[in-house]
Amino acid sequence: MNLFGVNIPFHEIYMVSGMALVTFAIRYLMFPVSGRFKFPELFEQGLRYVPPVVLTAIIVPSVLMPNGSPLNLSFTNPYLIGALAACAMGGVFRNLLLTIVMSMAVFLGAQWVFAMG
Amino acid sequence: MIRPDTPSPGRRSNLSLFFEGAKDTFPLVVGAIPFGIIFGSLADTAGLSFGATMGMSIFVFAGASQFVAMSLMASGTAWPMIILTTFVVNLRHMLYGATMVPFYKALNPVWKMVLAFGLTDETFAVAVNRYNQNDDIRGKQYYNLGSMIFMYLNWNLCTFMGLTAGKAFPEISRWGLDFAMPATFIGIVIPYLVTKPMWASVVTAGTVSILAGGLPHKLGLMVAALAGVAVGVVCEKVFPGKKEAA
Repeated sequence: MNLFGVNIPFHEIYMVSGMALVTFAIRYLMFPVSGRFKFPELFEQGLRYVPPVVLTAIIVPSVLMPNGSPLNLSFTNPYLIGALAACAMGGVFRNLLLTIVMSMAVFLGAQWVFAMG
Repeated sequence: MIRPDTPSPGRRSNLSLFFEGAKDTFPLVVGAIPFGIIFGSLADTAGLSFGATMGMSIFVFAGASQFVAMSLMASGTAWPMIILTTFVVNLRHMLYGATMVPFYKALNPVWKMVLAFGLTDETFAVAVNRYNQNDDIRGKQYYNLGSMIFMYLNWNLCTFMGLTAGKAFPEISRWGLDFAMPATFIGIVIPYLVTKPMWASVVTAGTVSILAGGLPHKLGLMVAALAGVAVGVVCEKVFPGKKEAA
């Protein structure tokens, strides 16, 4: 199908529309729903843990299992080296940009060294 | 990113809040750049058209699920299954929405819809910190909007760059630039680690994310998140005294 001069196959239009609808619905759902009742206190207490907990659950597998399932805890895993560097730098400097840029450098360096060895 | 000493001049113009939000999001934008470029550059190999790739970044705006969709696409998965997987991968954003409910309460539905659309991991993390700062500043939705628009423009620009210039570097996805995402997220998580319950919840989430990693459709993420939250809440009861502020 031709949309504004761009060719997109039909199944891709269904896919992107469906993904957009589903994602927006997930992000928006709580707002209209919440007007009708108050969250229990325990639930609100738990929500404070959401940001660090969700991000950690994304970080750990991507660092320890960078290529899918087998757990890679060896120190020749550049993702692990980079992540440890990020933890150290984040803890010491408390500066987000510095943490990202420096740990990327450590990661790329480790990857280059291990590729050589 | 977290500055408890932010001066509180009482009233701030909406525009200055907007730019403050964009400024505080800058490190996360930097972290998202390689991610967006890789996404765009992978489209060709995955068999995704230019329009659909841009369409995803414009209308879906959820990096992790876009990558998952692309890899499913490459392995010939049917579109209804890809939509279902998107649902599961993005389910965590429902927790973000629930967290934002008290902060968005006074806003009209259009504001709520716009901000909800932009509730990515990054903008959520930046905005929730600002909302939690105990100052009397009104109009923090402009801060939230500034963060969201900066992320959105950057994400779409990088997707476009990957789609066009990325073709010149077909091996870019093997450079390991995907490490930018865990690096960014580690930088966000560390300032939270100040109380025992927070440590306990994060360690639990990390452990469970590995143990439950074998669950289909990335469901392990949700299981790990819920386990982490539960442990945090229980630990608050066990180690009372210091209340978690953030």
